[in-house]
Amino acid sequence: MSIIAPAAKSSPVATAQDRPWAVVGTLAQRELVRFFRQRNRVVGAIGQPIILWFLFGAGLGPSFRLPGAGSDGISYREFFFPGTMALILLFTAIFTTISIIEDRREGFLQSVLVAPISRWSLVLGKLLGGSLIALIQAMVFFALGATLDLTYSPLMIAGVISFAFLSAFALTALGFLIAWRMDSTQGFHAVMSVFLLPMWLLSGSFFPAEGTLRYVMWINPMTYMTAGLRHLTYLGSDRAALLPPHLPSLTTCWIVTFLFAVLLFAADCRMAARRTTGDLL
Amino acid sequence: MSSPAVDIRRVTHRYGSRTALDDVSFTVAEGEIFGLLGPNGGGKTTLFRLLSTLIPLQPDALRPSEIEVLGLSVARQTHEVRRQIGVVFQAPSLDKKLTVAENLRHQGRLYGLTGATLQTRADEMLERLSLSDRRDERCETLSGGLRRRVELAKGLLHNPRVLILDEPSTGLDPGARADLWDYLRTIRREQGVTIVLTTHLLEEADKADRLAILDQGKLVALDTPDRLRAEVGGDTLTIEADDVDGLAERIRNRFGGDVQTLDGRVRLERPDGHRLVAQLVEAFPGEVRSVMLGKPTLEDVFIARTGRRFVSAEEREAVPMRGAAVVGGRR
Repeated sequence: MSIIAPAAKSSPVATAQDRPWAVVGTLAQRELVRFFRQRNRVVGAIGQPIILWFLFGAGLGPSFRLPGAGSDGISYREFFFPGTMALILLFTAIFTTISIIEDRREGFLQSVLVAPISRWSLVLGKLLGGSLIALIQAMVFFALGATLDLTYSPLMIAGVISFAFLSAFALTALGFLIAWRMDSTQGFHAVMSVFLLPMWLLSGSFFPAEGTLRYVMWINPMTYMTAGLRHLTYLGSDRAALLPPHLPSLTTCWIVTFLFAVLLFAADCRMAARRTTGDLL
Repeated sequence: MSSPAVDIRRVTHRYGSRTALDDVSFTVAEGEIFGLLGPNGGGKTTLFRLLSTLIPLQPDALRPSEIEVLGLSVARQTHEVRRQIGVVFQAPSLDKKLTVAENLRHQGRLYGLTGATLQTRADEMLERLSLSDRRDERCETLSGGLRRRVELAKGLLHNPRVLILDEPSTGLDPGARADLWDYLRTIRREQGVTIVLTTHLLEEADKADRLAILDQGKLVALDTPDRLRAEVGGDTLTIEADDVDGLAERIRNRFGGDVQTLDGRVRLERPDGHRLVAQLVEAFPGEVRSVMLGKPTLEDVFIARTGRRFVSAEEREAVPMRGAAVVGGRR
């Protein structure tokens, strides 16, 4: 038996046009589908931060007091809330960009690399896919804020969603930069523990900015993501007065995060546009 | 004649100090099934990567390497070349977490196909490759042969005029291999697709219209398999003996001509091999353990051109037949 069916009327392929946005869309869609088909990843990226949030909230809660706040101030669980959201964004961004390494090793990437597409659309597709996954997970956690004294208003929700998305995009772009040239996921995990986790710890998500660490936090782009989320969770609420001191302003957070995202995206495109033998592994 | 489907001119490629391709030139005519044959490390994979635009040509001001596909320069018109070629990699390029249909859909969009055109085209490819009933299965559940078929469907989805395949029958059982060749011949006949494939299998290379044999980065032969074999001429005699070198020397003295020793065997090519067999056995009684008389194969062509066997002794030993039994053997 032969596998070949007779050639039916072979439909003429419409002279292919460049459709960069279709490329972006299809690659982003693939990320989403893939991610949610691998349930252990979903659990890992969101489960761990939630556990941390509960455990640290329970353990550190009694001894925690924000500098300058009275005894009726913010509980540790509440303080740690935006930071956990930032952690979920970071973790998911990491997990989705690790898939670049897998794409390369498993071979999917090679067929994308020889397709007639611009590399920026490849990058953008990957980043959008990753950011959307991160955003969805962060929003699941965001709903848990209902157990706190947060006031959910449409404006506050819209603010958190859009800022979280921008942050997710920036973090995914950072992950892409790290992952593109890497040939093993172990390498990525090493970078994660010595670079990405400290970056998160020193972003004012785990403890407020105090002493000399303030200067380290000041140059850490993630500080502005956590701070932005912190501002926005209190948007329009009178509890905003309870925010920790030395927090950069919301406008600064938007500007820094935006610039960070744009800069990293440009760097990603530049790097991905270079064709080298290193594309193979 | 119109411009060739593939034109490879003076291509040299280095990885550090190792020269993977050394001044290789040849052309592939439109509608040909062209084989790139060579042992592992011969340079065919590098050539495949250059031709598929996966890696760029290395600039060289004095002797610029150039590859053209349908008259388009791989270096300067990369984008246009990519539209014209379909690439099937040796390593799987399918997303295993996606279904067959999803893989095709994503691939189509990368090539600018969308909506109804994409749908029709994907359905058609699935039908032609008898994959319609598998369309909603995830690729991770498919057998090797089926996966390779999906790879083919993926590579042909955008109707390329040149199809490039890297070791397409690796991991396929003989039945699937035959199916693959049936299919390649069909698309060549019906759509005039030019097919360039790399292989390290001699029997597969035999099926190509024309062959380029690469060894250590150099082009050592270029012709149809038949003509290459005819060039070797006559018959090939392979003799097993206890004293191989001594026997070779004595044959050379007595009968003249070229006598090689390879892997503990004496090897010679003669137009009248059958007569020589009798003469040899008579001339050196007791020395000849066995004589094999054969028509030249592509392996003989390779040996005639390079003086080495196609698959090196080490490689043959490296094939794990009985676990670690090889360790500590000769050498």
